[in-house]
Formats: sequence, structure tokens, C-alpha cells
Amino acid sequence: MGLNKVVKNAEEAIHDIKSGVTIMLGGFGLCGIPENCINALAATDLNGLTCISNNAGVDNFGLGLLLKKHQIKKMIASYVGENAEFERQLLSGEMEVELIPQGTLATRCLAAGYGMPAIFTPAGYGTECAEGKEVREFNGKQYLMEYAFDADYAIVKAWKGDTQGNLIFKDTARNFNPLMAMAGKITIAEVEELVPVGELDPNFIHTPGIYVHRIFQGTNYEKRIEQRTVRKRN
Amino acid sequence: MALDKVQIAQRIAKELQDGFYVNLGIGIPTLVANYIPEGIDVVLQSENGLLGMGPFPYEGEEDADLINAGKQTITTLPGSAIFDSAMSFGMIRAGKVHLTVLGAMEVADNGDIANWKIPKKLVKGMGGAMDLVASAKNIIVAMQHTNPKGESKLLSNCTLPLTGVGCVKKVVTDLGVFDINEHGFYCIEIAPGVTADEIKAKTAGRLVIADDVKKMVV
Repeated sequence: MGLNKVVKNAEEAIHDIKSGVTIMLGGFGLCGIPENCINALAATDLNGLTCISNNAGVDNFGLGLLLKKHQIKKMIASYVGENAEFERQLLSGEMEVELIPQGTLATRCLAAGYGMPAIFTPAGYGTECAEGKEVREFNGKQYLMEYAFDADYAIVKAWKGDTQGNLIFKDTARNFNPLMAMAGKITIAEVEELVPVGELDPNFIHTPGIYVHRIFQGTNYEKRIEQRTVRKRN
Repeated sequence: MALDKVQIAQRIAKELQDGFYVNLGIGIPTLVANYIPEGIDVVLQSENGLLGMGPFPYEGEEDADLINAGKQTITTLPGSAIFDSAMSFGMIRAGKVHLTVLGAMEVADNGDIANWKIPKKLVKGMGGAMDLVASAKNIIVAMQHTNPKGESKLLSNCTLPLTGVGCVKKVVTDLGVFDINEHGFYCIEIAPGVTADEIKAKTAGRLVIADDVKKMVV
């Protein structure tokens, strides 16, 4: 049936991705990243990729795996402080990097998913982020015009999803995932739990299935924690 | 004696008011959460998508899906709300967050701030800092007065790439509290054991010591 979007696994979900395309990947740090698809991409010979993601993983996990294999030609991100290999490739000029404000990154995804070509934001006005960008004044304040993203693929990770691609995210693993899910020409969702249609309460869907093209239940989630901080019981 | 990091955080905590929604940056600003005055309600916003940030989890209860903007494991509180990154910066841009506290490498006497990049050296990215400083109504910077080389971080012009222009309202350093107004850095409090002469010697930007300058209570 046309609305059954289920694919077998990450390999099948990414089977038609070609070298040189633009891919958005959800997650904040290592929280809510599509681990299965990233591992599958790292197992291919794809290269020349442009990746849009808030962060670039760590040296041996997440997008760091693609970085290590030089599969990424250009990285668009807001914060990359946790990745020594990223910093090395950036400073050596091996990889092109566009650092943009986090809210701008999120809202350029939102604009793409809402069918709006551009947004105006005050973030970055008067800084090097403003270079070459149109500035408009509204109510006495200066705003930069930023374009909606145009990505070939979006790959996101959700907590639960159904066979029609409706998604629910959990806790702060939501972050960029529902935004990128809206913004890809082809959106791939990997979920911790795939359920039959009708099992998710329509009132609590975060991403309607109309935005999702392929969905599968992921396996072996590592869910690595970057900064484990705890307190002792008294 | 100049203030230590905890004392800087304690001083900034006095700026919190009942009913405030507050975003605390990484470093000294994070410590402010430990000194919220008794008897007031403050909601902490974490820009990765959480209002109502609670304390660190007990050992064994940490959850990889629940972190703050510094990627530390945290907890929610009764009344917490979770949302996506666009809404998170939407509420920041719309001016709903009352106070932003963040660190800086340099601040200029017109309120410009630089805290995200050292050319050819440190490449971390701006994260949410540019969005926060461009939109927050009230921005307090928490930082050391001088850099490790002993050079002033309170300047007439920032030398590093800017994060935002004309946005910082107040700076709390290990030496004192400074409003940023038409005088430049307007010193309203001096840390115990610190002299006005020391502040003058260590401030490169325009500086005025208020006539009614107070000795900071810590």
C-alpha cells in the first residue's frame, strides 16, 4: 500500500543516496542522533557529502565516523567543540565549514518545512555571519535574511513511529529532529519502536507522517552520553 | 581578594527576580543555578529544548535522552516543558526569556561581545550565543576581568570576531560589577579587597567609577 513507508533497515533506507548530495541529520550533540543510518553511511564509499547538523559528533561516534573517512566535503553546523578531527580538518582546509547560529539553523529547517523561502533573524547582525547577506530593518532593529535549507535528504531519529511515518520524540532527543524531518526532499526516520497504524494517539504526534518517506525500527542503540553528570543520594 | 568563580555566580544570582525565565550559558553562568535566592520562582531554559531544567540525576538514573545545552545529563521538574530547537529559539527571539547569563572572551564599552572564535586557533562555533545576544532583553556577562596573560577583557573595541553588537547590559567580573551605559563600563560595585586603582589599571575600555560605588557583599 502506498502509505506503508516501512523499509527493512538503515541500509535499505539510504540505498539511493549518492555521493555529493546534501543530507540533514537530527540530534543535539550525541542526543537523538540517527545512529543506525550514520553507521550505514560510514560503511559506504559515499563521499563529497554536504551535512547539515547542529554538531559534528565526537571523534569515534556519530558524524565523527564520516569525518574520519573524509566522506564530508562541507559541514553546516553551529557548534563543533567536541571533535578534534573536525577542528583539524577545518584548520587545514580539508573540509569546508559553514558555522551558523543555532537558532538560524533550526529556523532555516522550519522555513523549508513550512514552504517559506526565507526568514529574518537578528542573530549574527554586525558579525562575520552577516557578510554578503541582505539586512532589513523592522521596527528600528536590524535583521539578516536567511534562506530556507534545500536538502536532498533528512535523516532523523524518533522514539516511536508508525508505519505511515507519524513520529513521537522523547525528551530533549527531540531537538532538531522534527524540524529536519519537515525539511528533507526525502525524509528517513529511524525509530526505537515501530508500531502499527492506529496505535499512536493523534493528539500527541510531533511529526505528521506526510513529511516522512521511509521509516524503520533501529537496532542496538548505543545512546552515548557526552557529559555524564550525577549527584549523590544523601 | 578578587572573587572566585562561585562568588561571581553568587553575585549574579542576586539579579534573579521572582517569575523570571532565565537562560544560563556554559561555565560560570551554569553555577548561578546553585544560588537562586530562597522564596522566588525561577525557570531555567536550556536552548536544546527544555524549560524547567532540574538538577543532575541521581547516580544510575541518568538518561541519554535528557541533557542540557552543555550536554550534561539533567532532570525535569514538575511544570517542565519540552519542545524543538526552532521553538526554543523562537521564545528567545520573541523576548520571552527575561535574562541571559553567558561568558565572554571580550566585552566592549558599547556592549559588543566576542565569545565564539579565535581566528586560526580555537574553532568551536557560536552555538546559540548569537541568537541569545541578539534577542535577549537583559544580558549579563560573567567572566574574569583579565585573560591568562593579564590583559584586560573589558575593551574599547573587541579584537576578536563579534558574537553580537551593543547588547551586553552588565558585566560581573572577579573585580566588580559594571553596568554598560553612556559612560562605558560604569562600576557600581567593587569586590572586597579590590581597589578602584586596580580596576582602572585592568580596564582598557572607557571606565567610570560611580560616585556611590559600593563594596560588594559576598
